[in-house]
This record gives sequence, C-alpha cells and structure tokens, in this order.
Amino acid sequence: MKILATYNIKGGVGKTATAVNLSYLAAQDGLRVLLWDLDPQAAASYLFRIRPRVKGGGKALIRGSREIDDAIKGTDFEDLDLLPADFTYRNLDLVLDATKKPTRRLARLLAPLSPDYDVIFLDCPPGISLLSESVLQAADCLLVPLIPTVLSVRTLDQLTEFIGGLNGKRPDVLAFFSMIDRRKRLHLDIATQLPKERDDVAATAIPSLSLIERMSLERAPVAAFAPRSRAAQSYRELWSEVKAREL
Amino acid sequence: MQTFSHAVTPAAAGQGQPGEDDVLATLAPRFSVRSAGRSRTVRRAWLDTFDWRLHRAGLTLEHVTGSRPAELVLTGRGGGQVTQQVSRLTWPALAGDLPAGPVRDRLCAAAGIRALLPAARGVSTMQRLRVLNPDTKTIAWLTVDRTAVSYPAAAQLPARYQVTAVRGYQPQAQRVAEILAGVDGTPLASPLDAALAAAGRHAEDYSNKLNVPLSPGMPGRLALRAVLLHLLDSIQANLPGTIKDVDTEFLHDLRVAVRRTRSALKLAGDVLPAGLAARFGPEFKWLGDLTTPTRDLDVYLLGYQDMADGLVSAKPAELAPFHDYLAHQRGVEYRRLARELRSARFSRLAADWRGALNDLAPPVQGPAAAALARERIQRAHRQVLRLGRAITADSPAERLHDLRKRCKELRYLLEFFVSVFDAEAHQRVVKDLKGLQDCLGEFQDRQVQQEELREFASQMLADGDTPVTALLAMGELAGQLGLRQHQARDEFAGRFHEFASLGSERRFRVLTGGPTR
Repeated sequence: MKILATYNIKGGVGKTATAVNLSYLAAQDGLRVLLWDLDPQAAASYLFRIRPRVKGGGKALIRGSREIDDAIKGTDFEDLDLLPADFTYRNLDLVLDATKKPTRRLARLLAPLSPDYDVIFLDCPPGISLLSESVLQAADCLLVPLIPTVLSVRTLDQLTEFIGGLNGKRPDVLAFFSMIDRRKRLHLDIATQLPKERDDVAATAIPSLSLIERMSLERAPVAAFAPRSRAAQSYRELWSEVKAREL
Repeated sequence: MQTFSHAVTPAAAGQGQPGEDDVLATLAPRFSVRSAGRSRTVRRAWLDTFDWRLHRAGLTLEHVTGSRPAELVLTGRGGGQVTQQVSRLTWPALAGDLPAGPVRDRLCAAAGIRALLPAARGVSTMQRLRVLNPDTKTIAWLTVDRTAVSYPAAAQLPARYQVTAVRGYQPQAQRVAEILAGVDGTPLASPLDAALAAAGRHAEDYSNKLNVPLSPGMPGRLALRAVLLHLLDSIQANLPGTIKDVDTEFLHDLRVAVRRTRSALKLAGDVLPAGLAARFGPEFKWLGDLTTPTRDLDVYLLGYQDMADGLVSAKPAELAPFHDYLAHQRGVEYRRLARELRSARFSRLAADWRGALNDLAPPVQGPAAAALARERIQRAHRQVLRLGRAITADSPAERLHDLRKRCKELRYLLEFFVSVFDAEAHQRVVKDLKGLQDCLGEFQDRQVQQEELREFASQMLADGDTPVTALLAMGELAGQLGLRQHQARDEFAGRFHEFASLGSERRFRVLTGGPTR
C-alpha cells in the first residue's frame, strides 16, 4: 500500500483537484484506492457528493474509538472510496497533541487498511502544523502543486529543507506546476526550466483551465465528466509520472 | 459490500407484470434512478447434482457465459457469492474436474462424487442502474434481470431487481430494497426455483431415500404397490444417467432400487395376486446381477486413491497397473451393462411391471398397511436375532453373510413402511440396526474384495506385462483388506450384543407394537 499526500503550505494551489483526479485515475487503473479528505473545508467530499460528516468527528478517528473502516464511504466509481471530511478536523492538531507520538499517529491509523487498498491519497489542508508533520511521517510521497512564481519555488525549498531535518522515515517529494496561465511568460518560463534543473519537479504541468473549475459544478473528477479534455489528459500524464516513480 | 436481493412478481392489480417505469417510479421522490451503461445479455445454466446436493445445502451454482469471460457463480443461503472465471466448460462435469479455484473448492465438498448437470438454462438481459439520493450521490446499484428460460420448459420469468449497496450507504440501500419489495410484495425464491416451477417441477424432486406416503389403514397390497411403483420410478429415473455413464451413483441408485424391489417381492409378495412375484422376481434378479460387475469395479475405483495412499511397504505409484486394469475392465463391463439396459428385455420388464402394478385391484381381504408392516418387521427381526445368536467365534463367514442379507431385508422393510410409524421410534430402531449392518458390511465387503483381488491378480498375470511390483502392491492391499475383515469380525460379537440387548428389543417392540401415526 502506497500513501500519497497532496500537500502545500499555501492554499488554493490545486491540491484537492489533484487528489480527486489522481485517485480517480488510479482506480481506473484497477487499483483499490482510498482518498482521505483531511481538509475541514471538505472540498474533496463535496466533489464526490459525499456529506462531510464522520460520526464522533476527527477525535474519534484519531483516538481510535471509531474504526476508520466504518467511516469509509463508496464513491460513485468502482474501487474508489472516500473517508469524508468533518468540520471537527479543524481541531485535529489539538487531538493529535493529546496522543502519544502524535507525528506517527496517522501512519499507525492507516496501517491496518493495507489489505484493502493499494493506494491511499491524503488531501491535506494548507499550513504547517502537527497534522502536517503526521502526514509527512505517514506518506511515501508528497505531491506538491506549485504556482509558477519565484516565491512558490522558495516555498518548495523550505519544505524540502524541513523534510530533510525530520527524524525517521522521510517521504519522497514530487512537486509539479499547477494552474499554469499560458498567457503569462513567467509561468511558462519557470514551468519549462525548473523540471530540467530539479529531479523533484515533474515534467507535467497542470494548466489553468475553466474545465477544472467546472468540477465543482459537475461534482466529479474532470477525467470522469470530460475524459478527452486537455485537463483530463494533463492529469493522466501527471498520474503516469507518479506511477513511474512511486508504484 | 452488502447485497439485498428482491424479485417482483406480476402485480396483483392491473394486467401482467408491472413495467420497469412503474417499479422505478415507486422510489421517487426520495430516490432517483439513472442508467449505468448499456444492458448486458448473458446465457445462464443453473447446475446441481441429480440428487440436488447443492440445493439441499442451500447453494445455487450458475454458469454464466456472455460478453465477459465466462464464470461460475456460487451463491449461499445468505446471498454471499463466490465467483470463478472459467473457460469452455461442458456439462455434465464432476466438481473435481473443474478448473482449480474458490468455486471448485466449495463444490467438491458439497457435490462429492456426483456430477453437476444443468437443472435449468436461460438467457438473461441485465440492466444496471444507479440509485441516487437527494445529493445525487449513488447509494446503490440496481440490476434489473429479465430471464427467458429455455430448459426444462420455455418461460419468461418475472423481472428481478437486485439492490447492491455502495459502501457506507447500507441503510439507504436497504430502504430502496424495502420500497421495491412493497411494489407488490411477494419475493421470488430464486431464478432456478422459478424456472423449475415453470416446467411444473420443483427442486429436490429426487432422492434415493425412501419415504413413500402411506396411510396405516390402507390395504397392505396397495401400500406395497405404492412402494414398488416408487422403486420403479427410481429405476427409470436413474436409467439415462446410468446408460450415459454420467457418474457412478446413477448405477448405484438404480441397483439399490432393484435390490429393494426384489426384497419387497420376497418379503411381502404374498399380498400381491398369486403368481405376480414369481413372474417378475427372476427378471429383477437378472437386472440386479447385470449391474454387479460394473458396480464392484466402481467401488474399487472410487476407493483406489485411499487404498494407494494407505500402502506402507509398496509405493502408491507401483499400484498404477492395477488402476489401469480396473479402468479397462470397468469400460468393458459398463459397455455390456449399457447394451443390456437398452435391450428389449429391459424395456419389456419395465413396461410389463408398471402395467401389472397399475392394474392391481384392491384385495377383497388382507392385512392393512400398518398390520402388514408390523408383522413382516417382527418376523424379519426375529430371524436376525435367531441367526445372530447362532453365530460363534468358530462360525464360517457364510453365516455372517446370511445374517447381513437378513439385516438388509429388515432395513428395507423399515424403509418401505417408514410413513406408517412414529418417526422418532423408527429413527431409534434404524440406528440400532445400522450399527450392526456397518460391521457386517465391512466384514463381507472386505472378504469379497480379497477374493476379487486374487482373481484380478491372476488375470493380470495371465494377460502378461504386469510388473512384479504391482502384484506385490496388490498383495499388500489384500493383506490390509484381510486385516480390516478380521477387525470387523472381532467387533461383531459386541455389535450384535448391542443389537440384541433388552433396550434395543424394547425399541423394536415400541415400534411394531406401539401406536401408529
């Protein structure tokens, strides 16, 4: 079982769109996939039409008083399940803080799911917190969407440095450019140049397309409602790169 | 994933079966339905053994062929399913000959040595639909199954609606199933049962166990006629499977029915019109003798693996020439048997016997069924006790063989008239008798097998090319059979003592002297 986390300190960079589309494509490949919507904003749950509610809230899940297995919902797609968000996830840092070895907690919670799933995606909320540290310890790979600006590249460096300083298991990092505006010269330059210079930046870039925004209207992965679109094709290419590196 | 199955039968109100739109409209406004792709047409065969071993065990086996890879689907009582992809299967087939997989593993235990045969065939159109909740989330898959049966009779089955819950939405899917169940109410047992019902049949309509419904007060002659007709039905039901050599148990059941017929004629033939038993007795002896060589070889072949595995000195592989010999001889004997079963003599026997039984008139006088049963069972019981008590440690094997035959006759009488007795009292008496029969059977069968083994060895030697290792292995086998025969002989005194005990005698008295049902 591989654990892939879509993560960035910044918000609004395409983490959820990536998690939703890649988890869908993984399931289409015949893998058994679980997506855990860890963000209390519950965008991934919304996109899969699943109510963002977990009985007992995040506290019950993290403390183990409620089986993760019982909270999982099937999506409309075969082999793709979702562990929904819950508004109480906003307090996950506090709940984790009250547990022993909080940074290893997520890894321990997910381990029993390995017979049931080939891949688990974690759709993380933005920020650096105790939850983020627990995600870093659990994940095999961080998928980091980047807006092609100088500042976001600096953020990637900070993240890599932070991971380098972690004790124990360190996840791989695979950044990729997201929300590329082809009309902006700077976007194109950075998105073309950086993958050539760095191993941890994927060659695939996800363009800024209205079809991706349309996901919130269709409430489905773009590869499901517009499988032949450029947006779907971009996610397919990104998934191929992720597969080649991690699976 | 939890599955709920529900079938909708023709609506009580209105004409014919409710249309799909009417059925699906009942889900509104709480749920809506959307298509989930094009419908799929599959060919289905429902399989079971001739004696319905799967149905009795609550199992339904389907062989589904169509656009996707063919598969075997085994459904349990609770609706749980095991599937296995298969290619190019032909029926009948023994479970052990199916490709390895989870379905075969379960079938081997349930079907044993009996072949799987199509009990029904049909073509189904399966339409898959999504059931959506108010959030337009799929909460269940709904499969609409329309099946046209082609065998055992042509019929269009009522549409079946199967609801499969999406994970985490079991309560809502259950509600969908309940709403559908409310459309007109009557759930259908299974497509197989419906297919059989359309042909005027029902599952488990064959068993080799006797339970002929008799009333205690009916004339004994008519009771015996009912038993004999049932046995003739059994002979004829097993005839095609015996002739086609579908599995070994067709011949076994046919043979048992013949033996029971002969015993009935011998033990109670006097209540039939004069001369009838004497006329047909020799013909049934001919039929019984005809079946013996093939069955004896079947018994060897069925037990061959255990015999080979039980060798201590010889290696199992060294016994292989013996297996080849048995298989060859079995082929020769089977062809002879099949030829005779297709003969005019057999057809005439079956037709004449049925005609004679159908023409039987009620007797002017004679015992009632219960009185006849009591009297014949008491007599047979006394005879068993007398023969058994006369057997000592020095008695020759023939005495035990005689006793075995009398025990068998007593057992048959108990079986013929089972329905006129109290069920529990009957069961207790049969249990007492069975213990003794098992011991005598073991003794006699091992003796016969040793004699046959010597005969086989002589023939194999005469045929030439038999390795000495094979003959040595057969010698070891004969030694083992002898040992088992001795063990049975040693057990006999104890077993008979139990059978002749006061307790057992009292149980017989309760049965034959006690109140009848």
